[in-house]
Amino acid sequence: MCIAVPAEVIEIKDGNIGLVDYGDLRQEVRLDLVDVQVGEFVLVHVGFAIQKLSREEGLETRELFKQVYAAMEE
Amino acid sequence: METGKEIASTLRTHVTRPVTFMHICGTHEASIARTGIRTLLPPALKIVMGPGCPVCITPQGEIDAALELADRDVILATYGDLLRVPGTAGSLESTPGEVRVVQGIHKAVDLARKTEKEVVFISVGFETTAPTVAAMLLTDPPENFSILSYHRLVPPAMGWLLTQGEAHLDGFILPGHVCTITGYKDYEQFPVPQVVAGFEPEDILLALLMLARQIEKDEHRVENAYPRAVNREGNQKALAVMYQVFEPCDVEWRGFPVIPGSGLRLKEEFSCYDAVRKFGITVRHVKKHSACICDRVLRGVADPTDCRMFGKACTPRTPVGPCMVSHEGACKIWHQYKVKKVI
Ligand code: SF4
Repeated sequence: MCIAVPAEVIEIKDGNIGLVDYGDLRQEVRLDLVDVQVGEFVLVHVGFAIQKLSREEGLETRELFKQVYAAMEE
Repeated sequence: METGKEIASTLRTHVTRPVTFMHICGTHEASIARTGIRTLLPPALKIVMGPGCPVCITPQGEIDAALELADRDVILATYGDLLRVPGTAGSLESTPGEVRVVQGIHKAVDLARKTEKEVVFISVGFETTAPTVAAMLLTDPPENFSILSYHRLVPPAMGWLLTQGEAHLDGFILPGHVCTITGYKDYEQFPVPQVVAGFEPEDILLALLMLARQIEKDEHRVENAYPRAVNREGNQKALAVMYQVFEPCDVEWRGFPVIPGSGLRLKEEFSCYDAVRKFGITVRHVKKHSACICDRVLRGVADPTDCRMFGKACTPRTPVGPCMVSHEGACKIWHQYKVKKVI
């Protein structure tokens, strides 16, 4: 139920609807809960985008992993 | 999962006394069971499941109320996960009434626009899902549409577990997608180590390591191991939408008593969409009488394999309790991935 999948917004249509790309599948989702633009990433849950995901945030996780490793080597 | 193995071996050096961590998310359990994370853990570290499956924590009385509606001339719409949950008499799947599986509430509203019949959406879910429901109710759905609001909020249940629960918990893995919406500010009230985690095995191992290090240093705070989706404040727009439509109320959870402020009911302005009022049904408290131990599994004090019906009388085809039905139910997940109890 709380599964959410990242997807890229490729088109924004009338009525808070957007077309997103999951990589292998395209689907219309509701955009009521986020302010997004074409080209941005969102997390999709039960047919709704629930949060924006930025590429930077993705990179930050990697950064965090690096920090953990650095801490391990202390 | 090279990085995962490295984290796991570091974890071993950080766990020096027996600790129990709880997660509150069926998707975490699925990831843990699928990848066999428990087998990588130091023996002193135990991960238990909490009330993290929205379908499972929906009490019997609420399932029965939905079944009662199925007997009237309405179309019930809901997520597939609810279909086989056993009520006192039958399930939504076995009712002769009209039941439709939908991806989300927007599809149920579409359905209502195309029919004269009453359409009732059975609305389960935590903070991840409730804003999607609120957003649709703000789009002015037709008069023949209403919902059964079975939503629950996670922090009040966590508070209950910490003060009343029988499980001794040293820390929590916080649900990543609930926190995507709510942020984790609200969790700072709890004096216990907590880490927000994503759903890749590495995300979960990282969260476990962060928890272990807090314990080692005798600290407690909320850390974020899922920053690509979660920030401290959450999705403000979604939260505003949710609280425009809903307000907290006191409700029972399966396996728990009434927990103050742990449910969401429609505000007065939206009461025309409240199926309980519209159809004059009552949600009763139903006393449990089967040998199903879902209640104890949901409180983190029993494993699915502790149930004597697990895999015998109770299987995904013949579920006795909701935990064997939902994809986020611990029994279904353990059955699917053939998890054995780690002793
Ligand atoms: S195995 Fe079946 S009967 Fe036992 S606790 Fe799980 S759902 Fe309930």
